[in-house]
Amino acid sequence: MSKRPEPVQVVKQRRDSVLRALTKGVPYIQFLGVEFERRGDELTAIMPFKEELIGNPILPALHGGATAAFLEVTAIITLSWGMIWEDMESGALNVENLEQIKLPRLPKTIDFTTDYLRSGLPRDAYARARITRAGRRYASVHVEGWQDNRARLYAQATGHFVMPQRDA
Amino acid sequence: MTNKIERAGQFIRALPHADALGMELEELDPGTAVISMPYSDRIVGDPETGVVHGGAVSALMDTCCGAAVMSHPSNPAGTATIDLRIEYLRAATPGQRITARATCYHVTRSVAFVRATATDEDEDLPVAMATGTFTAGSGK
Repeated sequence: MSKRPEPVQVVKQRRDSVLRALTKGVPYIQFLGVEFERRGDELTAIMPFKEELIGNPILPALHGGATAAFLEVTAIITLSWGMIWEDMESGALNVENLEQIKLPRLPKTIDFTTDYLRSGLPRDAYARARITRAGRRYASVHVEGWQDNRARLYAQATGHFVMPQRDA
Repeated sequence: MTNKIERAGQFIRALPHADALGMELEELDPGTAVISMPYSDRIVGDPETGVVHGGAVSALMDTCCGAAVMSHPSNPAGTATIDLRIEYLRAATPGQRITARATCYHVTRSVAFVRATATDEDEDLPVAMATGTFTAGSGK
């Protein structure tokens, strides 16, 4: 007989609190106001609209830099989350005390290319990253950003990252 | 020329996101722009080292490239980023101001081609380099 599965609340609470520990520690994510929603291991990043994100006050439109930053944050957190997931689920990562949780270092961006497909409207933006390749040392990530319609992307991006060396 | 810089400087301060990051226009010549951004705890990407997040450097590069397009002698009515690629050569030193220099090399009827570098106080090795294309002229 296999082990009884953990109660769903325990699982959810563990995953959500690790995700919070991962994102709350980065000041720039707070500066942009980016939040993450989780469904299983899938993350969706949300950048709620605020005046500070405007680049063109006449249109008005989101600043291209804010959009690039939003997509880069999404890529980095998704990559990091993928690394943490296995350890978190196997129990290798001690999540008893979240104050002292030892998360791996964040991946470092090598290059990041943003493709601006439409001007960013003054409203919330969403993004999801797909890890195209995650090697021991390098990773390649594609990110899609949209606003009102999931199928009508307003920006997309591709980036390469150096993965942190574990227990080095 | 001083007047032109002042006016362009006001224009950049009127961009809420550029203002939120504390960007300042340092120089503006036909087809080139220099914009700097102060270090701040709010834009840190790696809390362990205090290194600024790449996204903040992207925002600086994007603004600076846009300014270089707008100052190009062909006088584009407005501009928007089509594509911007950034290479991060090294971590910016925590506490130091980051300065971007952009040059708009060519403007066709609809497209502007731009390159930029960003340095901290050690100007020998850039922190990041950027290549971008922007809309130019009356729109898409």
